[in-house]
Amino acid sequence: FTKRKLDDETLEELEELLIQADLGPAMAARVTGDLAKSRFGKEISPDEVKRFLADEIAKVLAPVARPLVLDGSHKPHVVLVVGVNGTGKTTTIGKYARELRDAGKVVWLAAGDTFRAAAVSQLQIWGERTGAPVVAKETGADAAGLAYEALEKARAAGADVLLIDTAGRLQNKQGLMEELRKIVRVIKKVDPTAPHTTLLTLDATTGQNAHSQVEVFKEMVSVNGLILTKLDGSARGGVLVSLAQKFGLPVHAIGVGEGIDDLRPFDAQSFAASLVGLDEGR
Amino acid sequence: MFDGLTGRLGDIFDRLRRRGALSEEDVGAALREVRVALLEADVALPVVKSFINGVKEKAVGQEVLRSITPGQMVIKIVHDHLVEMLGAESEGINLNAEAPVPVLMLGLQGSGKTTSTAKIARLLKTREKKKVLMASLDTRRPAAQEQLRILGEQVDVATLPIVAGEDPVTIAQRAMRVGRLEGYDVVLLDTAGRLAIDEELMDEVVRIRDVTHPVESLLVVDAMTGQDAVTVATNFNDKVGVTGIVMTRIDGDARGGAALSMRQITGRPIKLLGTGEKIDALEAFHPDRIAGRILGM
Ligand SMILES: Nc1nc2c(ncn2[C@@H]2O[C@H](COP(=O)(O)OP(=O)(O)OP(=O)(O)O)[C@@H](O)[C@H]2O)c(=O)[nH]1
Ligand SMILES: Nc1nc2c(ncn2[C@@H]2O[C@H](COP(=O)(O)OP(=O)(O)OP(=O)(O)O)[C@@H](O)[C@H]2O)c(=O)[nH]1
Ligand SMILES: [K+]
Ligand SMILES: [Mg+2]
Ligand SMILES: [Mg+2]
Repeated sequence: FTKRKLDDETLEELEELLIQADLGPAMAARVTGDLAKSRFGKEISPDEVKRFLADEIAKVLAPVARPLVLDGSHKPHVVLVVGVNGTGKTTTIGKYARELRDAGKVVWLAAGDTFRAAAVSQLQIWGERTGAPVVAKETGADAAGLAYEALEKARAAGADVLLIDTAGRLQNKQGLMEELRKIVRVIKKVDPTAPHTTLLTLDATTGQNAHSQVEVFKEMVSVNGLILTKLDGSARGGVLVSLAQKFGLPVHAIGVGEGIDDLRPFDAQSFAASLVGLDEGR
Repeated sequence: MFDGLTGRLGDIFDRLRRRGALSEEDVGAALREVRVALLEADVALPVVKSFINGVKEKAVGQEVLRSITPGQMVIKIVHDHLVEMLGAESEGINLNAEAPVPVLMLGLQGSGKTTSTAKIARLLKTREKKKVLMASLDTRRPAAQEQLRILGEQVDVATLPIVAGEDPVTIAQRAMRVGRLEGYDVVLLDTAGRLAIDEELMDEVVRIRDVTHPVESLLVVDAMTGQDAVTVATNFNDKVGVTGIVMTRIDGDARGGAALSMRQITGRPIKLLGTGEKIDALEAFHPDRIAGRILGM
């Protein structure tokens, strides 16, 4: 760890490191700008530089690192899972079902993706793996009607949590976003306070389009929590930094694999460390 | 037409307005804005760098045409260079081999492989009048094989009967055997999603390749992909060998910079675009359209 003067060349290298972690050019410039302001021309080791950046990023992320807390007064606490196609909604539900059941909760699942081929079977397999009852209809059925029925059944059975799967949809498809709003409206007929949590799954491989995803899903269905999936890959998910800054939505958990146990709490410090290439704890 | 980048270059245009030829300094200032625009469109950083160098070489010293401003001149050079880098118009699926022609579908989890497999099967069946067999080698994702079977029914294309407990390499061999015995023209092999850094699963797909000798190995990538495009393109191409790119979810509002990254890093053509969830939502690739999209025009 030889110290050297913090110069323009080093700053450019750092900025590029952050860009390659998907922070986006503006956020990468801002974070390195902060470093330049406080340390330019001073002797500093490469490790100290990365520490500084990681700490700055962790400061932005710390307020959003909040686990999903169920409100015991709702029976059931309704969690609606939404997001773009293939981002990991169904798998995340399977992982959550496992975690919640391990915590002693009675968990029910609703197969609200009535569109995609075999989406119902996929969730049913997760139901078998976790021992959670699955309310399902045939493919092509009305998703809002299914959600309504699932909530009534889960409530009658005294469930603590109902996790509702939905079909993947791109945020710029108005018709599909309207259908999602309809699901929310219909759920409210059973319980006006539901859904209590609306989770958006974001794929860590996604670049700057994540901004548009969060913005539109939040506007349309009041998303109030995020899950970042596929962090076991080479993608670092740095877009989360500017998302945290802009929207302040809690990041409840991260997905680190396809298995049932591959859901982890979101830790601001270790996520930030991994973004700048300081690999600790992950 | 050039709105997005034009806006970004507004001030620089004004400064450039009265010059005869583009100086290195003028071009440099404009290209800093182009760099940001490309990064915001998710073009991978190393690709942005080589792109910028290419444009610089072409732009410095160019006489500005009388009919346009220097700024427009720079944008035209950027746009044309981008179209060139994106490669030629669609080349179809290569079926120039002895039947049954194996086609291998590759990519990360959830990128759209299974859906694209069915879309391509439908295309080959209806447009090229081919007898197509699809086989799912995905023994990992719950209900993945069933998903392909149902899609096969929807497009009226045969799928390899599912044998519980069979491993992916064995399924691939069986698919080729059935393909030969039953006179299929094409066998589409849909694989499980895998991370580009997952050595075990990358080795598995290499074994699948080695027992089937695919004529096409299509890397299926999401149009929303960010900087990870570098690792995905590099690893799949180096380890398995990619012959073409299928880019999905082009119906979204992502700028789609990954198209340029994928093309540049693999050197392989973008063959088809997925334009929706429905089974007929597959289109040919047009470089000028994607260029306009990347530049926000
Ligand atoms: N490596 C990895 N793969 C994941 C993770 N989460 C989900 N996947 C995989 O990503 C693919 C898509 O996951 P799904 O849960 O089906 O995604 P979805 O959002 O429900 O997809 P649609 O319903 O089609 O929109 C599957 O192959 C999953 O196994 C993760 O954290 N890491
Ligand atoms: N909007 C849109 N959705 C698409 C497109 N292609 C695929 N999808 C959707 O993306 C999701 C994932 O597609 P799949 O075909 O299951 O992806 P996959 O790569 O086979 O996923 P794994 O096998 O889990 O790795 C599904 O919801 C598809 O309907 C496309 O071009 N546009
Ligand atoms: K990662
Ligand atoms: Mg799903
Ligand atoms: Mg698949």
